[in-house]
Amino acid sequence: MLSAGARRTVKAWTVMVLVFLYAPLLLVVINAFNTSRTFAFPPSGFTLHWWSDAWNSTGMWTSLGNSVVVGLGATALALVLGTMAAFAVQRYEFFGRNTVSFLVVLPITLPGIVTGIALNATFTSALGITLGLATVIVGHATFCIVIVFNNTQARLRRLGTNLEDASADLGATSWQTFRYVTFPMMRGALVAGAILAFALSFDEIVVTTFTAGPAVQTLPIWIFGNLFRPNQAPVINVVAAALTVVAIIPVWLAQRFGGDPATTRI
Amino acid sequence: MKSTVLRLGFTLAACAALVVACSSSQNGGGGEAPPKLEPLGALGNGEGELNLIAWAGYAENGSNDPTIDWVTPFEKESGCKVNVKVGNTSDEMVQLMRTGQYDGVSASGDASLRLIYAGDVSPVNTSLVPNYSTITPFLKDRPWNSVDGQMYGIPHGWGANLLMYNIADVTDAPDSWGAVFTDAGKYKGKVTAYDSPIYIADAALYLSKTKPELGIKDPYSLTSEQLDAAVELLKAQKENIGEYWSDYTKAVQAFESGTSVIGTTWQVIANLIGTDNKVQVNTVLPKEGATGWSDTWMVSSKAAHPNCMYKWMDWITSPEINAQVAEYFGEAPAQSKACDHTTEKDFCEIYHATDEKFAAQIHYWTTPQKQCVDGSGDNCTAYDEWVDKWQQIKG
Amino acid sequence: MTLAAPTSLTVRRRAALAFLLVPPMAWLVVAYLGSLAVLLVSAFWTRNSFTGAVVRTFTGDNIARVVTDEVFRAVTLRTVGVALVVTVCCIVLAVPLGLYMAKVASPRMRLVLVVAVTTPLWASYLVKAYAWRMLLSPEGPLAWGTGYTPGYGLTATVITLTYLWLPYMIIPVFAAFERVPDSLIDASSDLGASDASTLRMVMAPLVFPGIVAGSIFTFSLSLGDYIAVQIVGGTTQLLGNVIYGQLVTANNQPLAAALSLIPLTAIVLYLLAMRRTGALENV
Repeated sequence: MLSAGARRTVKAWTVMVLVFLYAPLLLVVINAFNTSRTFAFPPSGFTLHWWSDAWNSTGMWTSLGNSVVVGLGATALALVLGTMAAFAVQRYEFFGRNTVSFLVVLPITLPGIVTGIALNATFTSALGITLGLATVIVGHATFCIVIVFNNTQARLRRLGTNLEDASADLGATSWQTFRYVTFPMMRGALVAGAILAFALSFDEIVVTTFTAGPAVQTLPIWIFGNLFRPNQAPVINVVAAALTVVAIIPVWLAQRFGGDPATTRI
Repeated sequence: MKSTVLRLGFTLAACAALVVACSSSQNGGGGEAPPKLEPLGALGNGEGELNLIAWAGYAENGSNDPTIDWVTPFEKESGCKVNVKVGNTSDEMVQLMRTGQYDGVSASGDASLRLIYAGDVSPVNTSLVPNYSTITPFLKDRPWNSVDGQMYGIPHGWGANLLMYNIADVTDAPDSWGAVFTDAGKYKGKVTAYDSPIYIADAALYLSKTKPELGIKDPYSLTSEQLDAAVELLKAQKENIGEYWSDYTKAVQAFESGTSVIGTTWQVIANLIGTDNKVQVNTVLPKEGATGWSDTWMVSSKAAHPNCMYKWMDWITSPEINAQVAEYFGEAPAQSKACDHTTEKDFCEIYHATDEKFAAQIHYWTTPQKQCVDGSGDNCTAYDEWVDKWQQIKG
Repeated sequence: MTLAAPTSLTVRRRAALAFLLVPPMAWLVVAYLGSLAVLLVSAFWTRNSFTGAVVRTFTGDNIARVVTDEVFRAVTLRTVGVALVVTVCCIVLAVPLGLYMAKVASPRMRLVLVVAVTTPLWASYLVKAYAWRMLLSPEGPLAWGTGYTPGYGLTATVITLTYLWLPYMIIPVFAAFERVPDSLIDASSDLGASDASTLRMVMAPLVFPGIVAGSIFTFSLSLGDYIAVQIVGGTTQLLGNVIYGQLVTANNQPLAAALSLIPLTAIVLYLLAMRRTGALENV
């Protein structure tokens, strides 16, 4: 296919880019064991002290719990709404189809600060709602819908309607077709979309800053807040290092069960 | 394409209609006098909950370090469960207080007046706070925490913005702010400064001593010309600045890694650098004086739990607790009796906690207003002009 | 592979369509577009200059100021410039990687690489930015290893933003390369084209929508970023910082809303322009 020279070049390039991607993460891991409180390099010593601090930090666990709840809530909403929208766009012809696609993509393409300010203005001045966990979930769901929509839509496009038509021809109702034919084929895309949506919601800080109320702290907000605290910055490295390592599991799962990597969409 | 244009046109027209419909011709409101609000008459039982906005480190509940906790004992004693929202800047705190969802805030002087005049905080009945009587006298009835003799909060602690420098790189032991202004070229690219429009006051303070012809008396009461002079000085300074800082760890790390060698600081930053012992730094209060901050606990006018807030204010200014906070954060405690309770015996000396002369050299953060805060007239520049200028300085 | 065949909308199908379409659209139109409308409206209001409370009097001052103020113009140009450079850097880094992953790597290696590229998305954005701050510091690993570091400023900002958004570019590019049939590449080389020509004339047009899809992310994320800039940018100020500054520091929500219209307009225009290329299908 490609010449040997070209293959070598892209392989070398790949290695270089991977080094670029992982060098900072390696530094984070190193700093999680660094005795210095302020990320100084070279590390002044080795310690597991920060790990025990992190384990005992109730603030960290609470915010981690909140992030998980928000992520699950937003992902659940996104799964339902995104799949519905994807089906509508992919399986039906109707006026304004392109507008729908455009509209769905908008939340994730607009800068977070714009979305954040807009939602905040709406919640507080226009609607007078108290900010809390629910408003954060609403904010996150809005851009998570896109991710599920894209992945589902891409998979639906690749699948085509042959099998669904055959099922209908054989006498199945639409619900039965969906349940026994379409859904199993689509499951992988849903899993991939859900995991990616969860990941983005988990790390989101800008929109969250503007939509979280007084009592709500998600993990990124906790991290941001603790970066300012005199003695707590290294604990954050611990949390980040741990999360990155743990995250390999769902990512791997998403790819294995997501089926064809080529249909992965942000 | 044409239909897109038509649709766009309709949308714009609809938006315009919406804008006009939602607008009204309300009056902008004054700034001449704070709204009439009543302080709490009598202290009742705790309501069971308290929502606070605080600077990082002011309301520690053991969630970050189990040994650093003065909130849990408070919760046990008062029955008020405390939720703390950390405010990163005064401006954030003002915004958060406006939502009315909090009971109180630890406001610095550049936030307090804005809160008072917007009616976001109520006057404080100091007789309901027993520890108030032994608060250091020179913190009471000051321009940033009182209006016409009525206190709007309980003082918490204070500190000065000092000049810090790396001893190895800055060998001539500076004693003047000129080291970061007119002579900053010596350390080009390694100077640092506080990232907030309130820093303009530092430049104004320097000019008040070096260019008396400008007539600057109070760094927070600047006419347009005086403000422009300060802005020119800061624009010149920017050429030498490596980076601005607004969070401790950034400042500490900048000095330890050699990114910054000289600049404005808080004592706590110098202490952290000292503990890490990677670089040696020295702090000095320059001969021109310094700006600083004096924080006050204030009660929200929409507080859902005012009794708990008063109990908190009494708790945080009690001798043992005020000492704990001051030592953890690295500032001078407002409570004069706290000096007997610090673990480091000469803590109060280092921070000049009861030294009125030292404290008088400090120009505490105050929100600049049109009506000069030093009472010299009403042709001064207001804070939003300072913000615009600050953005111009940073370019 | 067949595309969805157009079907005439019978009553039943209409009902099904409505069932499928109404909830997500209601959500997006009400929650999202509604919020944007509120933002747009508030840009035409003003505020009490001392207390910061929003005053609902119609005025075009904010918009006028956004358009004429020198600082805002300079910052906008700088931000757009940074966004463009970051996008180009991401493209340069991602394209050969995507090619390798899709066409050269074995299926097992492909899976490993996809996981490897997606995992950094899980590491906290803030921590990654701070890690770059560490890397670029005068006594950090880079200076220690090579003796040189660009320090904190515009260069550092571009590098860090490129790093942060790179996975968002790699994924659509890789997906696009995957969709290029091997047979086309083989046919091209059979007809005597060099690798470079094959790349330029056969693969590039097919991969282009994927690149554009990635560029939408890198462009928009850079246009609105204000946190990474504060961490590695030294004294640099970008549009996000100015907006945030007006909103929080100045408590001037109407002006912040007016300033937000800049990135909003820029992205919407970019999206509309890119619709033609079919990139939105690949986002």
